[in-house]
Amino acid sequence: MLRLEPRVEPSRTMAYLSPLLALVLTVLMGAALFLALGKDPVRGLDMFLVEPLASWRALGELSIKATPLILVALGLSVAFRSNVWNIGAEGQFILGSVFATRVALMATPSSTPSLFVLALLAGVAGGMLWGGIVAWLRDRFSANEILVSLMLVYVAEALLSYLVSGPWKDPHGYNFPQTATFLDAARVPPLVAGSRANVGLPLALVLAGLGWVFVNRTYAGYKLEVGGLAPLAARYAGFSSRSALWTAFLVSGGLAGLAGALEVTGPDGQLTTHVPLGYGFAAIIVAFVGRLSPLGVIFSAVLMSMFYIGGEMSQSRLGLPKSLTGVFQGLLLFALLTCDTLIGYRLRFSRERSLGASRLPSALAARTAAASREG
Amino acid sequence: MQVEALALLLAASVNSGTALALAALGLLVNERAGVLNLGAEGLMLVAAIAGFAAAVHTHSEFLAFAAGAAAAGALSFLFALLVVFLNTNQYATGLALSLFGSGFSAFVGVPYTQETLAERARPGLGALARLPVLGPLLFSFHPIVYLTVLFVVGVSWFLFRSKGGLVLRAVGESPEAAYALGYPVRRIRVLAVVAGGALCGLAGAFISVVYTPLWVEGMVAGKGWIALALTTFATWRPARVLLGAYLFGGVTMLELHLQGEGVDVPMQFLTMLPYLATIVVLVLIARNPTWIRANMPASLGKAFHPGA
Repeated sequence: MLRLEPRVEPSRTMAYLSPLLALVLTVLMGAALFLALGKDPVRGLDMFLVEPLASWRALGELSIKATPLILVALGLSVAFRSNVWNIGAEGQFILGSVFATRVALMATPSSTPSLFVLALLAGVAGGMLWGGIVAWLRDRFSANEILVSLMLVYVAEALLSYLVSGPWKDPHGYNFPQTATFLDAARVPPLVAGSRANVGLPLALVLAGLGWVFVNRTYAGYKLEVGGLAPLAARYAGFSSRSALWTAFLVSGGLAGLAGALEVTGPDGQLTTHVPLGYGFAAIIVAFVGRLSPLGVIFSAVLMSMFYIGGEMSQSRLGLPKSLTGVFQGLLLFALLTCDTLIGYRLRFSRERSLGASRLPSALAARTAAASREG
Repeated sequence: MQVEALALLLAASVNSGTALALAALGLLVNERAGVLNLGAEGLMLVAAIAGFAAAVHTHSEFLAFAAGAAAAGALSFLFALLVVFLNTNQYATGLALSLFGSGFSAFVGVPYTQETLAERARPGLGALARLPVLGPLLFSFHPIVYLTVLFVVGVSWFLFRSKGGLVLRAVGESPEAAYALGYPVRRIRVLAVVAGGALCGLAGAFISVVYTPLWVEGMVAGKGWIALALTTFATWRPARVLLGAYLFGGVTMLELHLQGEGVDVPMQFLTMLPYLATIVVLVLIARNPTWIRANMPASLGKAFHPGA
């Protein structure tokens, strides 16, 4: 009989192996899905796992998707580490794109070519504002942050739709719900002339590096994590859970806002109702798969971008709906959570059903370990 | 004339609150057993497409609801296995369910976006439905609306008047004590999650088969999340869930009503109403934390390790 036996201490090896194991499981389930749909699984998986990395053009495309995912997931990692559940990054992303658009639309042909910097800063402010509302409602009224941040996603969507079909609508846009295309001064410059990749990518990588330093090398990052893992201990040590809450929401909101700003001033070049692509939600998975580590999210963001590109390719080439991406994303998170069980437990094969009493010492040790983890 | 209009508005609120009531009732059953399911939105979406597809192919509303409940029940069984037997984090697993559900429903729903359901005779209890005021207010709903009220009564009776309900609540309050008394805590939790999931499934099918009736990607539009807020708002009591759901239905109706009246407010601001109302409710209920804590199932969201 197969059973789970609690480990005395959580396994560090499994913590790193689990995402890989989850990926393997997802790939297997993906192959089965392609077979079930009557498509060649090798060809299908090729689109998800190989082609997105196969050429410079493909890599440029990959970077456009990975940049917002890295930024949003970076912020969420900080939030989740301190046990603050910001589920509404999508809304903060939208507000970032809205604020950036406000600045970008002020551009004139004589504007300085660095106006885009202002647009990006406005985006950060927009995301922080939207995240700050949640932090304020939580702090002042102890309203549930999961549900409030999520409700604000729907509010942000409605606001976006109002702006692009009302006051900000492009008068020459054939009545489509979109703003005018931004002037060059308000656009993020490309990394190399002619490439789709833009300076957002190095920016995201630098911020991820800074995030790593913040989390692993600063006292503030340490306080944040203690506050999340052991609120009582944190209070005893005099660390404020209020400041952890505010930090988590302002950082994750600001980074999501930056991602939104980069999206409109980068690849899109205008604000439309199609700007939110679900990066705010996908980044939750990216953060978990990246082990809530600022450097880990870089890898998982690349992986998730491959899923996006694979989904687009299987739409154009295999005639499958693009939402296949969402299916794979969901499967990956399920697989990861399942595999994560192996961090705290080990699989044991045993003939007989052992009684708890005969294993008293180890059970006791595991219990203490579990108690100290939860405390 | 005014009374007539008011009756219609109230009836519409009941109609639009029914999906919320069913989903919140299902979540209440989950939470009373100590399991927090953030996957309600995903369950409802999958049930909505399953129900709609079944309605398109079989032309039977009964089968449509059965398909919705079965699909959501099956998915919540998977969720239950993870959180109950593998002790995965309930927040993260629920989110996974919501994300998977929205992706999966969009994926399988593509062929159905152009489909419509055959026009049905208006439901109603014959001559009674034609009574002025009382007709629309009491006698012209879809059977599911009446069934929802029955479910509320049934769940209420089960939880507070039957032995099974007592055990279920014990599992939610103190799984250790229930386990020590010899109750199979994990099996009871799985059953509660699946039953609650099936109710969420009925809610999803109601939206796509009766209320809208159409399939549009993401059509549940946050009702699963609002239902989660409702269970807390109702302090985990079925009758209050029903009342709260109708109130929320009223807010949605107000939105449509104002639009119809041609009020000079952009449509998008009216769309925000139910979500803003939810935030207001979340703030209001949290003002009294002791009251919430006194009513909340004590082990809500916590994993249970038998024998540990």
